[in-house]
This record gives sequence, C-alpha cells and structure tokens, in this order.
Amino acid sequence: MSMIDIPTSGKASASSELGRSLEASSGRIFSRKSRLSFYNRTFRIICIASAVFVCMILFSILFLMGRTGILTFDTVSVKDFFLSTEWVPENDQYGAFIFIFGTFALTLLTMAISVPLSVIIAIFLSEMTPGWLKTALRPVLDLLVGIPSVVYGFLGLTVLIPMLRTVTGTNMGDGILAAAIVLTIMVLPTISRITDDSIVAVPKKYRDASYALGATRFQTILKVVLPAARSGIMYAVILGMAHAIGETMAVVMVIGNTPQLADALFKPTSVLTSNIVMQIANVPFDSTWNDALYLMGFILLVISLLMIVIVRLIQGRGVKA
Amino acid sequence: MSKVTTAANQFAARRGFNQIANRLFTGIVWLIGICTIVFICGLLFLILKKGLPELDWSFLYGLPSEMEEGGGIGPLIFNSFYVLVISLVISIPLGMAAGIYLAEFAPATKFIAFIRICVEGLASVPSIIFGLFGIALFVEALDIGLTIIGGAVSLAFLNLPVLTRVTEESIKAVPKELKHASFALGSTHLQTIRRVLIPVALNGIITGICLTAGRAFGESAVIILTAGVSSSGEMWDFSLYSPGATLAVHLWYVQSEAIVPDAQLIAEKSAAVLVFVVLLINIVFRVPLWLNERKTR
Repeated sequence: MSMIDIPTSGKASASSELGRSLEASSGRIFSRKSRLSFYNRTFRIICIASAVFVCMILFSILFLMGRTGILTFDTVSVKDFFLSTEWVPENDQYGAFIFIFGTFALTLLTMAISVPLSVIIAIFLSEMTPGWLKTALRPVLDLLVGIPSVVYGFLGLTVLIPMLRTVTGTNMGDGILAAAIVLTIMVLPTISRITDDSIVAVPKKYRDASYALGATRFQTILKVVLPAARSGIMYAVILGMAHAIGETMAVVMVIGNTPQLADALFKPTSVLTSNIVMQIANVPFDSTWNDALYLMGFILLVISLLMIVIVRLIQGRGVKA
Repeated sequence: MSKVTTAANQFAARRGFNQIANRLFTGIVWLIGICTIVFICGLLFLILKKGLPELDWSFLYGLPSEMEEGGGIGPLIFNSFYVLVISLVISIPLGMAAGIYLAEFAPATKFIAFIRICVEGLASVPSIIFGLFGIALFVEALDIGLTIIGGAVSLAFLNLPVLTRVTEESIKAVPKELKHASFALGSTHLQTIRRVLIPVALNGIITGICLTAGRAFGESAVIILTAGVSSSGEMWDFSLYSPGATLAVHLWYVQSEAIVPDAQLIAEKSAAVLVFVVLLINIVFRVPLWLNERKTR
C-alpha cells in the first residue's frame, strides 16, 4: 500500500502550479490527477478480478467434475467402481480398476525408464560437455519440450511399434511398454532440463572441497553434487510424473485401448485418460456411463493436485535447508 | 594427478579401482547422453524428412476428403491458427492481469498464498480435464455443440495459469531500483507498470507466450472433446459456431479412424507440417532472445 502512496503524496506538496497548468491546457472534465488515480484504481480492480477468475476456473472444474462424478455412485457401489475389473457399460458394469491400475503401472514404468536416463543426461549436460556443446544442446532440449504430444504418438505408432515387433518377435506391439517408451521420450527433456538447472545451481565450492579431498569426478558427482541437488531433482521427477499421468493423445495411439488388466508388457490395455477420450464422444450426457467417465477424470484431477501439494512441500523444505 | 608411488601405500588398490570407476562412469554418461539425444532428434528429423519433400500447394491448401485419395489439409491449418489466435486473445490479457496482480498488488497474506497454489494447481491439471469441462460447459450447459468457440475458450483456460505464472515471475525479476526510480519521478503505479515494468519484463513474457502458443497449436485432447474431429470443409470459414478440428486432431483422426486409402501419407505430411510450424513458432520468436542473452553474458 505504501508504494502507491509515495507518488501521490510527493505530488501533493508541489502541486499547485504544475497541476493547474495541465488542467487548463487539457481542458477535460476531470483534472489530470483524478483521471490518473481513476485509471490506477480501475486497473487494480481489473487485475484482482482476473486473479480471482483464474481461481474460479479451478474451483468450477473441481465442483463440476466432482458433482457429475459422484452421481455414478447412485447406481454403482463404491466398492464395485474401484475394485471390479468388469468394464462393460452396455451391461451396466462400471469397474474402473483396470484403468486406475493401468495409469499407475504406466506411470511407474515410465518413471523407471526416464528418471535414470534424465539424470544421466543432466549430468552429461552440466558436468561433462564442453561449453560449445552445452550452448548447442540446451536450446535443442528446450525445443523438444514444445513438440506436440500427438506427434510423439504418431512416431510411436509408425516407428516404435514395428521396431518393438521385430526386436521381440511377437506380433503384438502395442501395450504398456510402447506407451512407457513414448512417454519417456516426451518427459525426458523436461526432467533433464530441470535437473540440469538444479545441478548447475550447486555452489562450486562444494565440488572444489570434494576434489581437494582427493575424490574422483565420479565420487564427487555421486556423493556431493547429486545429494546437494536433491530437492531440484525431486521437483523435476514429480513434474514429469504429473505429465505422464495426464498425457492423453500420445498414450491413446500406442496403448491398444482394450479394457484388460495390464499384467504383461505387450498386451493391449487402457488407462484413465485414453478410456475417457475414446468413449466420451459417443455417450449421452445424462447416463451413468458418462458420470463414470467424469468420475475417472475427477480421480485424475485429484492425483494431479496432490502432486502439486507435494511439490510445494519439497520446495518449502529446500528453501529452509 | 599426484605421482605418489610408495609400495607400502595401503590405498593404492582402492585408488586404482576408483580411477577405473571414474573412467567407466565418464564413458557411460557420454555414451548414453549422446545416444539418447541423437535418438530423439533422429526421430523428429525422420518425420520432417518423410513429410516435407512430399508437400505441395494442393495439399496445403486443398480440402480434406472422407473417401477418396488426394485430400488436403487447408481448412485444418486455418482452424489451427484461428483457434490459436482466439484463445490467445482471451488468455493473454486475463493471464497478464492476474500475473501483474500477484507480482505487484497482492499483499503477502495466507489468502494470496492460497491463490498462488490454485494457479499452480490449475497449471498442472491434465489437458483432458479441460476437455471434459468444455463439454459440460459448452455442449451441455450452453447447448451449442462442438464448435470453434468452445474449443478456443477451453484452450484459453488451459493457457491461463501458465501465462499468469510467466508474467508474475518476469515482473518479479525486474530490479527494484527501476521501480523506485519511476515512483520517485512521481508516476502512478499504473504508469510504472506500463512504462517500466512491462517493457523490462517483455523478454520473459514473450518467451512464455511462445511456449504457450506452441503448446496450444499442438494440443489435441481438448480440441477433440470440445471442437470435434471434423472441419466445416470450407476454406476461410470464420464462423465461430462451425466444427473446428485442428491439424493436430486431424493427424490423430487420419491415423486411427479415417478410411481414406492414402491415410498413411496424409498423416506423414500433416505430422511434418505440425512439427515444422511448432519449431517455427519457437525459433522465430526466441532466436533474438538467445542472441541477446549471449551478447549480454
């Protein structure tokens, strides 16, 4: 508040002649001063309204998804929805266990592949490459973040699945492994760039101290640099996980879209996002089927919001340390 | 480094092991780093190489066809840009105003901290949720069906939190001295924001807008749910109420649902155009910023 008072009080002291001359020459109804303060106040109100509007979107999404989703339990019991594996909407069987399990399995598999790879790439970028290669590679990774997900899905469908078929010799390519590889390619630039930034932010004196004790580079990175960058790496991993859980189009194109349990790497299955997008268009709005799909969306929403809370906690801890 | 070679050094064996581990580690990191980056870039290069040489004007400008060969993607490219522009027109002013509020006006209270978490939370909501929200809002509540305006507004909601955060962070990064100098000259808060803070923060804001625009151009889940998978089939259809499939949606549709005989070829060419435009949006606006950064470093 005091910020706003400074200019007005400063002006009031030396007001009269300057203010009057401006007033006389402009010839408007309002004096210049009251006009400016009117604009100032209006602008402030517009800004507040926009901020509140952004929050309102979140709450109306939460409310709408929750309200529509809860209607599912009018006809389906909670136990059936979460634990049954029978997803046959034509017979009024709405068991979403397959999709929930599929989402978690896919995310874990993606993280198992992408986190080690990303951390290695981040170490490569920040600790080992010469300067010219760094300035060349960082923008390339930044550009990769912007490639549309549907393009990665297309790549997975036309390049990766035939590749997997020839490598493994099976005639089934699509499934959870293909989806995990596609997702890995998608989240890898994000995770490795944030990890890279947090490794660069580790003070140089830590490394110097480690080298002075006679440690090799391998020991320095493993025992000093990575632990010091821990909170940044955790942040990157959770962000990547949130991406992987919510990703839709890349997954739809390679996962096979069949409601069966993902208990093998090469077996067409389905996850929450892919099931929603494949079915929502053909379903009347006031049906249990539709409500069940909204409930699945609500579950996704809650998971992704939980992740943000965890990120907040990690960041809070990182600042204190 | 040190050439101490006393026979009685009990750490000698351990040191030898450490050296080998160090070499091995360096080798593995180089190998994996180079391989992964080359692999990903190779995939993208493959797309461009397959699609770009095949392009011609009749494909870029032509109308899509449902049954016969030789369909084009003209209306879909047009829809892509049309939806993108509408969504940016809605989200840039709102997002920037909210960001300015959080950076400049907001007092440091619990409530504002809560608003920040909301914005952050909204930024992490999966895009398909915005699609479901769009269906409930436009198709059900307002009953206008799958339209361009529905898709554009849903897309704008998706972009809003990102723009808010980018604006907030860039304005906060402006040195305090500039702001105080402006106040000392007697300008109001609005004048300070307009003449000092926004011009200085513009680099960051433009980078953020580019990122959002690139993401919005390639976004497909939201558009499929709110604007449909078909276009009106005419070029230059500015109507806000016609179905508005974009290029990204068309790529998915052709690849997995369509029955045209040359679907594979159309998909390859569409993917190349899509990647090309997204890279163009990113490069054209950001290269000047990179050069600037290098100069000042």
